[in-house]
Amino acid sequence: MSKKPRLTPKQRARRKFLNAIGLTAGVAGISLLGFVPVMAKKLDSRLRPPGALREEKFLAACIKCGQCVQVCPVEAIKLADLTDGFGMGTPHIEPREQACDFSCDGLQCVLACPTGALIHEIAFPSQVDAGVAKVVAPAKCLAVQGKGFKGQARGPGFEGKLRYSEIDRWHPIKVADHPYDLELCDLCVRQCPIELQITQCAQEDEKKREQMGLVAKRQPGECPPKHAIALKPIDNGDGVRRMMPEILEGCVGCGVCEMICPVEPAVIVIDSSQSREKSRGMRA
Amino acid sequence: MSGVIESIRVLLGADPRRVPKKEMPEEVRKLHEHKFSDKERIENIRIELAHKKRKQMPEKKRRLRWAVLLAVNLLFVLSYHLDIQLLEGALTASRFMGFHMADLNSALQVMLAFKHVVINLLIGTTTVFVLWWLLGGRTFCSWVCPYHLLAEWAEMLHLKLKEKGLARDIQFDRRARAWIWLVFVILALVTGYTVFETISPTGIVSRALIYGPGIALVWVGLLLLFEIFFSRRAWCRYACPIGLTYGIVGATSPFRVHYKLENCYHEGECRKVCLVPHVLDLTIKGRSPALEADVGADCTRCLRCVDACPTGALTIKYKGLDKLM
Repeated sequence: MSKKPRLTPKQRARRKFLNAIGLTAGVAGISLLGFVPVMAKKLDSRLRPPGALREEKFLAACIKCGQCVQVCPVEAIKLADLTDGFGMGTPHIEPREQACDFSCDGLQCVLACPTGALIHEIAFPSQVDAGVAKVVAPAKCLAVQGKGFKGQARGPGFEGKLRYSEIDRWHPIKVADHPYDLELCDLCVRQCPIELQITQCAQEDEKKREQMGLVAKRQPGECPPKHAIALKPIDNGDGVRRMMPEILEGCVGCGVCEMICPVEPAVIVIDSSQSREKSRGMRA
Repeated sequence: MSGVIESIRVLLGADPRRVPKKEMPEEVRKLHEHKFSDKERIENIRIELAHKKRKQMPEKKRRLRWAVLLAVNLLFVLSYHLDIQLLEGALTASRFMGFHMADLNSALQVMLAFKHVVINLLIGTTTVFVLWWLLGGRTFCSWVCPYHLLAEWAEMLHLKLKEKGLARDIQFDRRARAWIWLVFVILALVTGYTVFETISPTGIVSRALIYGPGIALVWVGLLLLFEIFFSRRAWCRYACPIGLTYGIVGATSPFRVHYKLENCYHEGECRKVCLVPHVLDLTIKGRSPALEADVGADCTRCLRCVDACPTGALTIKYKGLDKLM
């Protein structure tokens, strides 16, 4: 290095200038590699938190701060890594590991979002439009086979949590700590937060009517107006009682059915791209 | 006003203007001439420097600054993990005791990409703007940015390696930062993605501290390696658009490093430790246009120069505070 001839100030300035162009091009070029995962549509299958805008808008609006992560009581929300390119730092949910079970009641992630990437116009679970559940392997479904289920839904090592209102209204507990004993497996319907809420609303309304003769006043959407999932009987002509889960219009794509399904891999999964096509208006 | 314009010009990458001797006030010119002619004084400086080399002064302000930087970042981490909800979120956007805060550069990227501003973001951006105007703009860099601290440690290693001839210091035209800032503004606007966030080491390190490490840290590691072996503090000096954004905010800030020509012996100790030595060009012998002057907007107020100056020529100043007291 010492053998190099000394540069004149002008040559030095020229070299610095060229270096600066290289630096600018390099930094811009490396950042644009973030396009690759987006172009490869790797992100389209990501299940986003409740209230998320349509994917392109969501990536633009999200400031990658993770405030939604921090408020989630079941820690369902994770931030994406560099492998998501422009989606790095954006929140998503892996429903099989930990679904959103709305145990925060008030959509805390939506309230926490500072930029409107999760839109503030929604206030209740039934207004969420994250995706739609799909029965992908009906033949493997225990209910279709006429089988019951006994034990821990996802085995003893499963870390996922759910809120069981009958046990603790405020604190979600591990699914592994809540074994089942079912004559016919109906876990996807039984644990569906929308179905649970419909039942709860009906009970509350009934109680009010009985006690005070009043009709409960509700905000629109507070009680889900439509059912999300139901078991429909099927007949194979062999006399065995069989049921088939059917996804209904009220499904919001929270992913609890996918998480709780005891079959490996899950018989029922969330399709987050589906609802984007037939958007109900929330993913503006 | 001309001072602010000059300060922003330098911030954008121009070389500081040399004020010709003729334009300097009489007393300033006299002081400069005196310093050039006073042989005895120069000899004293040599003796003092030799003395100083023997016994290094502790960098007290640097330690304080590191403590503050670590405390702020730790507050983010603890707020989440201990659920004390004091400072929720990450450096890109957060809530301090419920009040919205948004990093100005991240907010800018979101606004340009999303083309829609919700009220919470506007509140957060305004709050942070006022906060950092009061605190000095690029003060964010040296007192809060976690990448800055990593880069400072990398710099220490770089200086040692350079002494042994194992590292180089490639220089870049400082205008690169303004170009990069502009490139990312255009990219956000045109592509609709917050492109800069993908490579922002500030956001990456902040999130890694709070939510756990990821592959993105490899990029941060590469940046640090580049700084260690090829170019001293390259990211903060020549590239980071966040620094430029905060620099503009701080261009008129009342919080300054203040220079007194009379106390200056022109040893250049301050420029050796400075992240952005061009702001200290006025400490070069014969260059200061006035008896007293404020250091420009690119200054991160890290205060290392204040610690380094053996003669008290550089001090901390908060404009208007003396009038209030």
